[in-house]
Amino acid sequence: MSIFIKSVSPRNYLRGYLYAIIQVVLELKNISYEVKTGGSRQKILDHISLTIKSGLTVITGPNGSGKSTLSSIIMGLKKPTDGQIILDKEDITNLSITDRAKKGLALSFQQPVKFKGITVYDLLNVASGELISEKEAGKYLKEVGLEPARYLLREVNNKLSGGELKRIELASVLARHAKITIFDEPEAGIDLWSFTNLTKVFKKMKKDHRTVIIVSHQERILNIADRIVILENGKIKNSGTPATILPEITGGRHAA
Amino acid sequence: MQLSDEEKQIFCEVSGDFQIPEGAYNFRVNGKSVGRKSTANIDVEPKENSSGLDIYIKKGTQNEAVHIPVAISVTGLEETVYNDFHIGENSDVTIIAGCGIYNCGPTDSVHNGVHRFFVGKNSKVKYVEKHYGFGPGHGGKILNPVTEVHLEKGSEAILELEQIKGVDSTIRKTVADLADDAKLFVKERLFTHGRQTAESIYEVNLNGQDSTADIASRSIAQDFSQQTFKATIIGNNKCRGHSACDAIIMDEAKVHAIPALDARTKDAELIHEAAIGKLASDQIEKLMTLGLTKKEAESKIINGFLR
Repeated sequence: MSIFIKSVSPRNYLRGYLYAIIQVVLELKNISYEVKTGGSRQKILDHISLTIKSGLTVITGPNGSGKSTLSSIIMGLKKPTDGQIILDKEDITNLSITDRAKKGLALSFQQPVKFKGITVYDLLNVASGELISEKEAGKYLKEVGLEPARYLLREVNNKLSGGELKRIELASVLARHAKITIFDEPEAGIDLWSFTNLTKVFKKMKKDHRTVIIVSHQERILNIADRIVILENGKIKNSGTPATILPEITGGRHAA
Repeated sequence: MQLSDEEKQIFCEVSGDFQIPEGAYNFRVNGKSVGRKSTANIDVEPKENSSGLDIYIKKGTQNEAVHIPVAISVTGLEETVYNDFHIGENSDVTIIAGCGIYNCGPTDSVHNGVHRFFVGKNSKVKYVEKHYGFGPGHGGKILNPVTEVHLEKGSEAILELEQIKGVDSTIRKTVADLADDAKLFVKERLFTHGRQTAESIYEVNLNGQDSTADIASRSIAQDFSQQTFKATIIGNNKCRGHSACDAIIMDEAKVHAIPALDARTKDAELIHEAAIGKLASDQIEKLMTLGLTKKEAESKIINGFLR
């Protein structure tokens, strides 16, 4: 349980501990999503069925294959045209974003959201669901490579660079200690040093048997996956372990 | 000081407390002074020919404050008050003003406050003004402040103007003229709801060389309320001026932003920004993914925005 050190509040500690020892199961059953374009309907997702368990599941595929849409549907930002989402045997398809968050889902947005007047510390308190110490808030920032003293009291606004905002977005999700954490392209907009740090965070989450879904194109993230799912044209093209899937993606360059 | 519960509430909202503050003060309730004190460096004197005060701050006064809050707790009272602040050279002072109206009757209660600041060379003044209204009556709670700021060479004024709740109608006029190296910073926060109306009008004359002004207004308009923001910065010398109006519009509200720049020399650097938009859906969704309800998310965004 290396991720839960003493600086974490008892509630967050317990939450993280429980989610690490219980088996979490997310089932996507025949998920489809269509949008209207002009007079016709375009299928973005086409009958996706997937069961996600503890560990790192990486969803990859070409641009426009429906990866981010699938993340949004799981979190409730978009409503599927068809299909069901089952979390631990409970149908959550019609639950609101808030209710899904309370059930233990968390999403790190691909495009970080900016706020005028809300500080990094405010955001981490909201994420944590309780008033946390500056020390604990600082811990989440350190995990994404940000110096707490420089960032805690800054507003989450456009005075921060894209990379800084992205790392704050990631920290806000880490502070959730969620049952299932979804990262939508976590590598987008962050520097190499921070990315290395981030992969360490994912490895720790994996070691702690957490349930993590990562939407990514990054080979270094694909390498640490327990399972890779390839989406193409809104359908699951293939899925399996890195050993079986990576050669298909990298054209044989992969050395396990 | 004998105060009703409503008057105590007003002073808490606009001045932070209803207790006697440290330093100089004048508490005004329903048109009359109910407590006044001068100090060695700050003289608070009633005007002889009109309603209001002359406040003289000795040159060199450092880190002292003057509290001059106003409460109206009767229906139908209309008053115009003239307060002049004469701030000596090389001073650094804070002035806590503000006005609240409790109206429990059918007739409008109105406070027109005219404040003039004469800020001496190299002095710094921070002026904090909060407006607040409440009460079950149908009579309006109306506040119309006029603020004049005259800044001498090297002086600085920081105006923090806040109207967050309960004022039915307000017309705020702020005019300023700045000499060489003088600085003006205005931070306005405004929240209107129901059928309230609020108008903020600024006219800043950058007369002196290297004078600077920064006007930053943030507002939220809810329900059927209406807001107008007009800021004119006039550059008469080598100077820098910036105004920004940032408004969130909700429901059936209306917001008009009319920033204006008037450069009268090529060395005047003037910028304005105005943005009006609804509550961003991505902000609401992000906070909902962190476990807040939609209402809680909106409230968090609004409170942060007006901070």
